[in-house]
Amino acid sequence: MSTADTSPRKLPGSLNANRQLDRWLRINRDGTVSVFPGKVEIGQGILTALSQIVAEELDVAMGRIRLSPTDTSYSPDEGMTSGSQSITDGGAALRYAAAEARDLLMQRAAAQLGVSLEQLSVTDGTVTARSGGSVSYWDIVTDDLLAREATGDVPPKPAAQHSVIGAAVPRRDIPAKVGGVPSYVHDLDLPGMLHGRVARPPSYGAKLGALDEADVRAMPGVVALVRDGSFVGVVAEREDQAIRALQRIKRIARWEEQANLPESTDPRFLLKETSEDEVISEKRDEAAAGRAAKTLEAEYTRPYTAHATIGPSCAMASFDKGRYTIWTHSQGVYPLRHDLSKVLAVKPDQITVIHCDGAGCYGHNGADDAALDAALLARAAPGRPVRVQWMREDEFTWEPYGPAMVVRLKAALDANGNIVDWAEELWSNSHSTRPGAQKGVNLIAAWHLAQPHEPSPPRNPPLPGGGSHRNAIPIYEFPNQRVTNHLIKRMPLRVSALRALGATANIFAIESFMDELAAAAGADPVEFRLRHLKDPRARAVIETVAAKAGWKKGEKGDGSRGRGIGFARYKNGACYVAVIVEVEIGNEIGVKRAWAAIDAGLVINPDGLINQTEGGLIQSVSWALKEAVQFDRERVLTQTWDDYPILTFEEIPQIEVTVINQPDLPPLGAGEGAQGPTVSAVANAVFNAIGARLRDLPFTRDRVVAALT
Amino acid sequence: MAITLTVNGKKHEVAADPETPLLYVLRNDLKLKGARYGCGLGQCGACTVIIDGKAVQSCDVPASAATGKAITTIEGIARNGKLHPLQEAFISEQAAQCGYCATGIIMAAKALLDANPKATEGEIRTALKGNLCRCGTHQRILHAIQRAAKELRQ
Ligand code: FES
Ligand code: FES
Repeated sequence: MSTADTSPRKLPGSLNANRQLDRWLRINRDGTVSVFPGKVEIGQGILTALSQIVAEELDVAMGRIRLSPTDTSYSPDEGMTSGSQSITDGGAALRYAAAEARDLLMQRAAAQLGVSLEQLSVTDGTVTARSGGSVSYWDIVTDDLLAREATGDVPPKPAAQHSVIGAAVPRRDIPAKVGGVPSYVHDLDLPGMLHGRVARPPSYGAKLGALDEADVRAMPGVVALVRDGSFVGVVAEREDQAIRALQRIKRIARWEEQANLPESTDPRFLLKETSEDEVISEKRDEAAAGRAAKTLEAEYTRPYTAHATIGPSCAMASFDKGRYTIWTHSQGVYPLRHDLSKVLAVKPDQITVIHCDGAGCYGHNGADDAALDAALLARAAPGRPVRVQWMREDEFTWEPYGPAMVVRLKAALDANGNIVDWAEELWSNSHSTRPGAQKGVNLIAAWHLAQPHEPSPPRNPPLPGGGSHRNAIPIYEFPNQRVTNHLIKRMPLRVSALRALGATANIFAIESFMDELAAAAGADPVEFRLRHLKDPRARAVIETVAAKAGWKKGEKGDGSRGRGIGFARYKNGACYVAVIVEVEIGNEIGVKRAWAAIDAGLVINPDGLINQTEGGLIQSVSWALKEAVQFDRERVLTQTWDDYPILTFEEIPQIEVTVINQPDLPPLGAGEGAQGPTVSAVANAVFNAIGARLRDLPFTRDRVVAALT
Repeated sequence: MAITLTVNGKKHEVAADPETPLLYVLRNDLKLKGARYGCGLGQCGACTVIIDGKAVQSCDVPASAATGKAITTIEGIARNGKLHPLQEAFISEQAAQCGYCATGIIMAAKALLDANPKATEGEIRTALKGNLCRCGTHQRILHAIQRAAKELRQ
């Protein structure tokens, strides 16, 4: 044996950083189980899935589970709820913690009943000995039982014993949400509550000049006007009064603006920027490269894309006796608290951050920014909670967009139509500028204060997950490949994580190019993909979706209708998804039908998985057909839904999702797997239908016309 | 200024500027949080309520314009303590991701089905063209509305 390792042993998922069992769950004498997740509900149904895991491992009914909202005063620190990591991080932690809790309870029950462990069985928390006699968890539990560090030694149940995991358990939050019951941070209504609004600058970097503060203060209901550098906000008794004051500020404030946005919304401006270059994958096989018979090249782009949540960002804050309490729909209460404490110049433990549900969250949106807005305004009205909700224009112009990207591909086919050489180059910004960084503060208001904070230096999340280079390395087997990432540090528009990060553009490019290569090789797109894939799970999703859609080898569109396929393994390590769509091209492109097959390993809740996949698919069709943020040299011009149309009820396809369950394999992140495959399937279907190859998102009418001429 | 409003069959007096959009009066004065702010511009449908039988975007109507009319909100559609069949159907179909759009959509669907109980899928889609859902829950929502329509016809 080598020398003893003194570092604590590695525990599964987030249990590793939060090792006490009772930080995760408590068994209560009243017959309930309290669960303290560090991950938050963002519309993906995660809390239901986590409850299923605990109910399964503890052998208690779902109805006994009580979830506590994520709160910095007691919840485990699980960082961000992002990157489809909740089941792999938080789920694993709870799975092992609950399995271990059950084991401790069983030992205690065995001692009380005077029998061995093998004699015991459990139903809904009641432990029964084969010889007769029973006790319940609720009778034998004491506070000290779980006040210990997890060992990670008790294995969770094998799949064959699952009855709650894998079941389509209904979401716990839906009845209240469709019932009109207050459910979101937007709905909080505290005694003495005031309403705040922030008058954001008309453009990035604009400086506030003259503002007649007395004029605003004299308006009905106005309680406070906060001006600090170029940050200006108002607090009023009534929400409509706050909005009127905001409109007045917007009319009378004078701003100094700069013209520093890119000269065009075409992402190719990125090619001229200074970049940090890195080869992230390289494989050489000279003999194979020598067989190259035909070479293809193509360039693909994705524009700045908005999260465009339906409910603009919102937060509540109160400031009382030097302490702040913040209610927020942030994806990470601890990272947010870290940044807030820098700006508010108080210790983190003087700030309590409590999570409440928000409207759909598809990455880093304005939630954290709104929390700081509320805190800054609450400081001007001590003792009274201040609710801030962004206006629609604030959300569209200030949210961090999914960055623009350019991807160039080059590949060579041999005489048999096999790919023997492959090269990708991509250009984009960092795809994550979230709060919680060591250096700097990633909250808008902090940049506008008289004593401003700088944003943190841009950094791309590292591989294997990656940021701009997420899914840039092909999953297909090629003898030669080279992938180069050009990371651009200058960010003329505010950008950060949007669902799937760089995977959308990388998969769009790779999967479109695979189609182009298949056409050049005279091969069927499904068969061509299978030809270059060994991974049996990858092959299975492609074969499944082709069978479900009734794909016919070499099928051709009829000049207006056509079908196309897209496939990826998200992050090259999470779920496998293949998508086929059928398009119909009239005046515009319409996506009429879609089929998806997904393998996400062990499925905790199949209905939740299908719901997420349908949603991801529809959102991606919307990205593919419609979406691009508009701007001129000075300002973002995308302000309302008129400027940024998304897919409507009249335009959504009929969708069929097939889940391939792998009960004996670990669960894989699945919230973002449909994005890239869907976007590329649409492009490939258009080509199949009318022979036009679309390489620039979104696929508007003008682009279809241009591609045909 | 006092405005008199009849909401879910009950009369309320509120002291608000007459130009205040109905949405804020419902949410803040009457504490009915089921209609939600999405855009304030009549573009998204998150704030939909029913006024005299018609689906209306409450962010786009001054409160004073609704006096003397029958206003129904999501909080007023349950019957005898039971959720409305549309709400039940949304639960059965699990027709929500974040759910922020759901109450507005249910109200738009209710106005449609009250007027046209036999609405086809195409008619439902058209009736919902002013309601946006960013999570992509549309297919389930359509199924839920069709399920409720069937239920209501029986
Ligand atoms: S909030 Fe009324 S239509 Fe959007
Ligand atoms: S479910 Fe989130 S907007 Fe519709």
